[in-house]
Amino acid sequence: MSSERDARSAILGSIRSALGVHAERDISTREAEYAALPREYKQTSTKSGEELLALFTHRLEEYDAGVLRVSRNEIAAAVARLLSQRGRRRIGIPDDLPSAWLPAGLAFEKSAAFDAHQLDTLDGVLTGCTVAIAETGSIVLQNTGAQGPRALSLVPDYHLCVVFAAQIVETVPECFTRLEATASLPTTFVSGPSATADIEMTRIKGVHGPRFLDVLIVED
Amino acid sequence: MSAPEHSHFSSRNFPEAAKELLADSQLRKNVRHATDVIQAKRNRVVAELPDWEALRDAGSGIRAHALAHLDHYLAEFEQNCMRAGGQVHWARDAVEANRIILGLIQRHEAKEVIKIKTMTSEEIGLNRNLEANGIRPHETDLAELIVQLGHDKPSHFVVPALHKNRQQVRAIFQREMHLPELGDKPEDLCAAARTYLREKYLRIKVAVSGANFLVAENGAVCIVESEGNGRMCLTLPDVLISLVGIEKVIPRFRDLEVLLQTLPRSATGERMNPYNSIWTGVHAGDGPKEFHVVLLDNGRSPILADAEARQTLKCIRCAACLNVCPVYHQTGGHAYESVYAGPIGAILTPQLHSMEEGRSLPYASSLCGACYEVCPVKINIPEVLIHLRGKVVEQDQKTFAGKLDPWNVGMQAAKFVMTSAGRFTLAQHMGQLAQRAFVSKNGFIEHLPFMLSGWTQTRDLKALPAQSFRDWWAQREPRGSAGADAPKGDRDVK
Repeated sequence: MSSERDARSAILGSIRSALGVHAERDISTREAEYAALPREYKQTSTKSGEELLALFTHRLEEYDAGVLRVSRNEIAAAVARLLSQRGRRRIGIPDDLPSAWLPAGLAFEKSAAFDAHQLDTLDGVLTGCTVAIAETGSIVLQNTGAQGPRALSLVPDYHLCVVFAAQIVETVPECFTRLEATASLPTTFVSGPSATADIEMTRIKGVHGPRFLDVLIVED
Repeated sequence: MSAPEHSHFSSRNFPEAAKELLADSQLRKNVRHATDVIQAKRNRVVAELPDWEALRDAGSGIRAHALAHLDHYLAEFEQNCMRAGGQVHWARDAVEANRIILGLIQRHEAKEVIKIKTMTSEEIGLNRNLEANGIRPHETDLAELIVQLGHDKPSHFVVPALHKNRQQVRAIFQREMHLPELGDKPEDLCAAARTYLREKYLRIKVAVSGANFLVAENGAVCIVESEGNGRMCLTLPDVLISLVGIEKVIPRFRDLEVLLQTLPRSATGERMNPYNSIWTGVHAGDGPKEFHVVLLDNGRSPILADAEARQTLKCIRCAACLNVCPVYHQTGGHAYESVYAGPIGAILTPQLHSMEEGRSLPYASSLCGACYEVCPVKINIPEVLIHLRGKVVEQDQKTFAGKLDPWNVGMQAAKFVMTSAGRFTLAQHMGQLAQRAFVSKNGFIEHLPFMLSGWTQTRDLKALPAQSFRDWWAQREPRGSAGADAPKGDRDVK
């Protein structure tokens, strides 16, 4: 441990001597330099309403994810329909998933506390999300509310994600503005089903993460 | 513990290694195909962003600022990572990093570890060191798995197995996974990898990763990937060890809004790669119970002292410069004999080794500048290449053999001649006389003698004209009086 402490001061010392500084510099200088960094890139939306939803849908479909648009009172029925189409029976859910999303007559299991082996026996998982990005077709999951721990939406082979229209932003910067308050929660950006291009640069769907992804867009 | 060494360095220089690889037509075909496909995808998704240049400026600014205050941001990261329950270790070099990682694995009595692709672990030769100590590392990225099972070396740092085609991959999997019936469709190969690795994800308790970014502001770590193998390694094991170069830190969480746009589009030509994971420390009920970050220097900090070359450390490892490079396009990555190939490797590798290794790499470029144009953080690679060539020359000139090297003698002679008008004119006249024996009827020199023959091996040299420009200028009719008229003439031209 003491050699690691030596290493720490040696590395920081080497950095300072290379940079030609001999002590911690003035905070205000650093902050002023940071504030002056160029940020001329797009940070706000130019699209809204139907145009935004259409862009998000298009991006998801390009990744080969399934997309279904429903109204708030149709969620449970749409969940039932998608699960039956996909032939998925045992579905894991996070502890705080709204019961109104769950169709009657199907087996949903609260599985936030499942270990990896138990998760591996599920047919799929149903979650909400924190925010979604239309321009990149991404959904962002955090360990909170209706989303559960990271392994829950990873190990089962099928992921059905409920996204409310109000959760969809157009650009990546808008997404980060929304995430700022909960930035230290475990966070996963999901853009389509798991895929690889490692063999001859062909995008192949489905390696280790869920091979099938459906997104239910709920319009108010 | 056996002494680790730098992974793939040999005594061969780039031209020697390249010569051998250029003879492998299958490899060249695979590399050409792969880089053509990635470039086309990259160009398409970059073209659809009207603010691409603004994102490059922002990314460049963020990375340069982080490096200019690296001591501060590393300490801030360390403090926030520890506050969130992570443990931070510092390693001056490969030996220290290997010792720390091995110690952590041994403390948990693990005999196997699962790994996410990390070039930094290649850099310190981690796998060989673990194996020498009885620990089996399993690469989980598909391409790294192909490389590992094929007892091969990575040739690209985003797609390490891009030099293998599907038939070659099938042959490796058939042999190593004992699947004689395996087909060669990419889907079959992915399915085989999924089954092979899933059992390991569920069983092995220690994972090793690299990282794309460290966030100073909140101690977060960010890893960008495609397959979900990263997520498996980051969430299922009890212990996670992330080995990260000290240059990977960025000031704030929101800086990711820039780099997570430019990195995926530059690296794989996707608007966003399938998965990005961002986490801080440990979280009860979600992911590993123990999280370690090993911060690695290994030759990075001295690079900061070189104002011109410091920009090398802005690199976010997208590999766009490899895909666009006409030299890489021909040779592939192995010719660089370095973990970091391509244009960025040509400037990073020699600097990481204090210009003692990889000294032929700054010359492995035509200086066409394509790498600078695609770089998402605007590293001026051609500028650094020339700067490093200068350093190589300066180093050579300090040795006796270097001073007597024909190149140096020639260059010093050229300098002597060209820095004086009188000497230059005299040299031209001598050249006109001396060339007579070599000029063909067509006015070209087709064969030069001795050492100079290399120049005329593949091209002809235009002979010096009977009257040089300087002679002509001296003999021309003086027109009007100079001085007063000249500035006016200048203005007219404009």
